[in-house]
Amino acid sequence: MKKLVNILLICLSIITFSSCSGAKNDNKLIMATNAAFPPYEFYEGEEGVGKIVGIDAEIAALIAQKLGLTLEIMDIEFDSIIAAVQTGKADMGMAGMTVTEERLNSVSFSTSYATGVQVVIVQENGPIQSLDDLFDKGGFSIGVQTSTTGDLYSTWDLEDEGLAKIERYNKGADAVLALTTGKVDCVVIDNEPAKSFVAVNTGLKILDTEYVVENYAICIAKNNNALLQKVDKALNELIADGSVQKIIDKYIPAQ
Amino acid sequence: MSGFAALYDTFYNCFIQGDRFKLFMLSGLKVTIQVTLCAAIIGICLGALMALVRVTHDKTISIMRPGFASVILKAFNWFAKMCITVIRGIPVVVQLMIWFFVIFPFSRNGIAVSVLAFGINSAAYVAEIVRAGIMSVDSGQMEAGRSLGLNYIQTMAYIILPQAFKNVLPTICNEFIVLLKETAVVGYIAVSDLTKGAYIIVGRTFEAFMPLIAAALIYLLLVMILSWLFGKLERRLRASDTR
Repeated sequence: MKKLVNILLICLSIITFSSCSGAKNDNKLIMATNAAFPPYEFYEGEEGVGKIVGIDAEIAALIAQKLGLTLEIMDIEFDSIIAAVQTGKADMGMAGMTVTEERLNSVSFSTSYATGVQVVIVQENGPIQSLDDLFDKGGFSIGVQTSTTGDLYSTWDLEDEGLAKIERYNKGADAVLALTTGKVDCVVIDNEPAKSFVAVNTGLKILDTEYVVENYAICIAKNNNALLQKVDKALNELIADGSVQKIIDKYIPAQ
Repeated sequence: MSGFAALYDTFYNCFIQGDRFKLFMLSGLKVTIQVTLCAAIIGICLGALMALVRVTHDKTISIMRPGFASVILKAFNWFAKMCITVIRGIPVVVQLMIWFFVIFPFSRNGIAVSVLAFGINSAAYVAEIVRAGIMSVDSGQMEAGRSLGLNYIQTMAYIILPQAFKNVLPTICNEFIVLLKETAVVGYIAVSDLTKGAYIIVGRTFEAFMPLIAAALIYLLLVMILSWLFGKLERRLRASDTR
């Protein structure tokens, strides 16, 4: 009986250990992302079936090439990416992810490869005509998408200071809808989706001054310094020779 | 030991750092209770009214003289029936968003809109529960009351409804438990209730376990308190059953 238990335990531990080291598999580079964030990562063709393309996917492919590995993309929820990297299910996370203090507590970040811009959408003839109005007059209500960086920054800068009230919607589109009917006074959101929202809704505009400029970077587990250094080196080379800019220009045409 | 330390770290990160528990979950709990209580009151009042119209119509329309009163009763009955059909036929999340984005597009008060939406939704269910309760009282009770010289309204108020109330109490309790838990969807219209509060902490800390379990425990506690209160009321009302 005891023997049987021992054998079972050994089997179990082998299974556990082999699945733990699975991510560090010989010649694969596993990238965790959430393929619902165009133009950084999205499905080409049918959702969930087609190929994942976008800025992040192409840069990752070049990095994998430099490291002599094959890239494998894992599509999971955005909230789970850091957990996947921490537990070794993925080697790195790349999902238009902004470097923040809190995320730095959990993972390491590479050099930044792109910038994301948070902008403020307002009504054309509304009470807010500049960022100064928003900060100086105070008392406005701001629509955001829950837990996006727009939510985080406006909570820190405005709500915590008692300058504004934050309305947290589940979707960016809902926040913009609330803005068009005057439920909120402005919406803080990523620049790219903001442009398309303003294009389809008359009477809205984006403030000239950006709210925040953030740096997108690749996250890697804290205990995996070797990979971090390798990725950083490859990324810096790619930035230096212009390949990264070329990819960004391909997906975000300059105005 | 390091296991405990890590657990405490997560706990600290989720609830204590930046006053997160107080900011998101306690204020959310307040909103949840507020919406549930107000909606329950609206639900009871409107629901009982609709039930009375429905029962009065079903029991008396055949013996009523044709005239103004019977036309009014028929119209009210038709309206109540239609409300119940429409409200029971649409998911409460969809109703909530219709109230917020379509019916009151200019309203900034998400809590008031949720109270209205959940109150009216609950009224439809309460109406059917109360109607079942009134129907379950033996028709001999009404006949007895009327032959003793009470009129229809007096018989309803003093004889039928007190008995019906006792019958429907467990089902009404059930309805309020469902209502309490259903309010978890108010996050769709940017109202920060308990669920949304937990969800916001998940988004801030990337820890799903603690905030969600905490929210679950608080809901469980609320439901247990609610059913305990109803149990007490039930026992109190049953005191006169055996003598």
